Amino acid sequence: MMTGAPPQKLVVIGAGMASGRALEELFERAPGAYDVTLFGAEPRGNYNRIMLSPVLSGEKTYDEIITHDADWYAEHGVDCRFGEAVTGINRERKVVVSANGETPYDKLIIATGSAPFIIPVPGKDLPGVMAYRDLDDTNAMIEAAETPGAKAVVIGGGLLGLEAAAGLKARGMDVTVLHLMDHLMERQLDPAAGYLLKKELEGRGINVRLNASTKAILGEEKVDAVLLEDGGVIEADIVVMAVGIRPETRLATDAGLAVGRGVHVDDQMRTSDAEIFAVGECVEHSETVYGLVAPLYEMAKVLAQTLAGETAAYQGSTTSTKLKVTGVDLFSAGDFAEAEDREEIVLRDAAQGVYKRLVLQDNKIIGAVMYGDTADGGWFFGELKEGADISEMRDTLIFGPAFAGGSPLDPMAAVAALPDEAEICGCNGVCKGQITEAITGGATDLGAVRAATKASSSCGTCTGLVEQLLAVTLGDDYEAPAAQPVCGCTDLTHEDVRRLIKSRELKSLAAVMQECGWATSCGCHICRPALNFYLLADWPDDYRDDPQSRFVNERNHANIQKDGTYSVVPRMWGGITSAAELRAVADAADKYNVPTVKVTGGQRIDLLGVQKADLPAIWADLNAAGLVSGHAYAKGLRTVKTCVGTDHCRFGTQDSTGLGVKIERRMWGSWTPHKVKMAVSGCPRNCAEATCKDVGVICVDSGYEISVGGAAGMDLKETEALGKATTEEEAIEIIVAFVQLYRENAKYLDRPYKWIAKTGLDWVKARVTDDLENRKALVARFDHSQTIYQTDPWAERAAPERARAFHPLADLTLEAAE
Amino acid sequence: MTDWIDIGALEDIPVRGARLLRTSAGCVAVFRTTGDEVFALDDRCPHKGGPLSEGIVHGASVTCPLHNWVFSLETGVALGEDEGAVATYQTRVEAGRILIDARRLHSAKAA
Repeated sequence: MMTGAPPQKLVVIGAGMASGRALEELFERAPGAYDVTLFGAEPRGNYNRIMLSPVLSGEKTYDEIITHDADWYAEHGVDCRFGEAVTGINRERKVVVSANGETPYDKLIIATGSAPFIIPVPGKDLPGVMAYRDLDDTNAMIEAAETPGAKAVVIGGGLLGLEAAAGLKARGMDVTVLHLMDHLMERQLDPAAGYLLKKELEGRGINVRLNASTKAILGEEKVDAVLLEDGGVIEADIVVMAVGIRPETRLATDAGLAVGRGVHVDDQMRTSDAEIFAVGECVEHSETVYGLVAPLYEMAKVLAQTLAGETAAYQGSTTSTKLKVTGVDLFSAGDFAEAEDREEIVLRDAAQGVYKRLVLQDNKIIGAVMYGDTADGGWFFGELKEGADISEMRDTLIFGPAFAGGSPLDPMAAVAALPDEAEICGCNGVCKGQITEAITGGATDLGAVRAATKASSSCGTCTGLVEQLLAVTLGDDYEAPAAQPVCGCTDLTHEDVRRLIKSRELKSLAAVMQECGWATSCGCHICRPALNFYLLADWPDDYRDDPQSRFVNERNHANIQKDGTYSVVPRMWGGITSAAELRAVADAADKYNVPTVKVTGGQRIDLLGVQKADLPAIWADLNAAGLVSGHAYAKGLRTVKTCVGTDHCRFGTQDSTGLGVKIERRMWGSWTPHKVKMAVSGCPRNCAEATCKDVGVICVDSGYEISVGGAAGMDLKETEALGKATTEEEAIEIIVAFVQLYRENAKYLDRPYKWIAKTGLDWVKARVTDDLENRKALVARFDHSQTIYQTDPWAERAAPERARAFHPLADLTLEAAE
Repeated sequence: MTDWIDIGALEDIPVRGARLLRTSAGCVAVFRTTGDEVFALDDRCPHKGGPLSEGIVHGASVTCPLHNWVFSLETGVALGEDEGAVATYQTRVEAGRILIDARRLHSAKAA
């Protein structure tokens, strides 16, 4: 250990996954031993590059794949030089050269990764030709996919190319994959599995062309098409090159280090210069270059150990592959080429689209390919790496570990049967033994296991296995991932409570608290507003809204400001107002000395700074002009923003304003789990910004495209298509049904996008767009609830006997003045 | 040595709710609990001045509407992790009327 000695200067070139992991391990092993300077070519810190595919497909956001944020770098005193390219290394003077001058080092790590291989065909430099390597590439593809009907050609049918193709297709592009070989992913799959994969991708609408060799990329100012050797032409707005990667070794070569295909390193990750190390995809170790994450992490660990003064040796990695395309289960490991001295065991289930193949040599598994059902992949991979003799269980081997021991086909038994050396987390190289050790050492939930071992913390596909291990190891002591309870008053989750309210017909706060064993007499500020909503949404006839279980804004029907005054926002249907309404608003502002009058983002007017005691009077004045509450304070329908549509706009395709007004008139006054904002745009130019709302409608010539689950607050998210309607009536029905489904099922304070993320959009579609009968039932329940709740709360409270509640109970200042 | 004055009827305050008492030295929140107990506290959260009278009442506590500090209605002391307290005033209910100790009210406010 070097603790105690003054810190040495460690410079790292490249802020990718390998160097990130190496630093993480180093700071753990030898905190304070090094002052670290980190150069990165991308203008951002370390993120989980293997998760770019879910970002491309829209299943994750960039924020979710950040592995090290600014706080982490600050905490470890890392001098971050992101976006600053290193141009040279001077080994004599031990400095690296970059745009901002020279940086001295005691130890240097080269982690420059790899560069995408661009095939040298005419047109390769045209705008629209891109690689698939980093976040900028991903964003460029996402942007290209925004143009409706845009076409993409992906060159390369390997792991990366297919993930790109699936992601672009998920984004709505017309996608063609060109592959040079006669089956997809030929390095990882045999022809049979390659066939099943091609069939699956074609089923999703992706065109796959095998034996397709690119001759040129055509276009003048940008890409127009791809020309094949056989003369075929395929139209393209973008071309993604995903034919392979090559180690980025230029800096090492220029510095005179030993370089082959990659930078040569020994078992300690040291280059031919004793003070310079290399790690990751830029490395060549024992004549092998790696491009998958697991080996990089293994190298990173050895490098950190070496730098921390420990003894460690990297001995190469055996790798396995999974394709990160949702719904495609594919696993491959080892060598599965046919040869004379090899045997194979194959299992096929045509109906299920399952294919499994094991390649054996000398009674050992040397290769495994699985498609459709990959649950046993980890176990086979473990047997393969171990070189286990399988002759004893050969007959049932293909059925996996559950059968191998003659035990029942039960996932728990399968996990229990795994040997300690079986690898559970391929990304981080964590085996079963390490995880069970962590569990017996006190890591009794998923989060703790992740913190202790990193298992399931990268791509997350082994989360289920880790949970099963927790169950197997802890036995009865294991409490299945206890979802968050509502609050301290109960152990039940929101989902539990909603289910019980429906199934046991609990129709009052007291009934819920009694039957669900609430630990407090009358709940608390967290559970009461939630229960109040659940009850009024599920039992509109039987339950009466409890104002004392609402937050101040909903109780007072106005938004409290930081100085204790309130804001008043009347409804302006679809953003339409009139001279008379504006006059009434202006008069009210004068009469009640409103200090601030502001136009809101929802196309209406906010009167800010009204005294509580004045609220009933200002409401009465506004009511007199026909204005009602805008519910700007409510977990309920807020606004329906519109553009002017066909009435005035030369681009408008439908009467967007009219539709917005109809929706708002139908749905105002309804309470929802969280606020609901909507918008209707008259054409795809989308002036009403409908695609970041909870519900958005884009009018097109043929009808109305309805999308849901957008967000433009703490999170930023584009809506996803729910369905298409040909008439206004149909559009309104779909929207009403969607909101009712949300009202009946979502957790209180989950916006639609959060709720959809939990249930899945398909679940929603099945009930709202696919099942017409169910849609009608939802609409009927919504309309019924509206007969009770669609009332103007302002009018009700403006009446003198209720207005009194807005005044003080008593005023002793008058007495004192006497 | 008390000076009880009538400030209103019990039924003027909703159950698990509050009403305001305006005094020359500031506002006092008068709470009514599920069990019809009445408590009076300064209407100013020591954290950011939130109006406690607008908070959600649960058991014998109230949650400040601004940042969810929870106060005991009996002692005026912040519960849980937060530290702070608000002044409390003696009250009683007689024949459906709420009485508050005005002497105590004035002296506390003057202090």
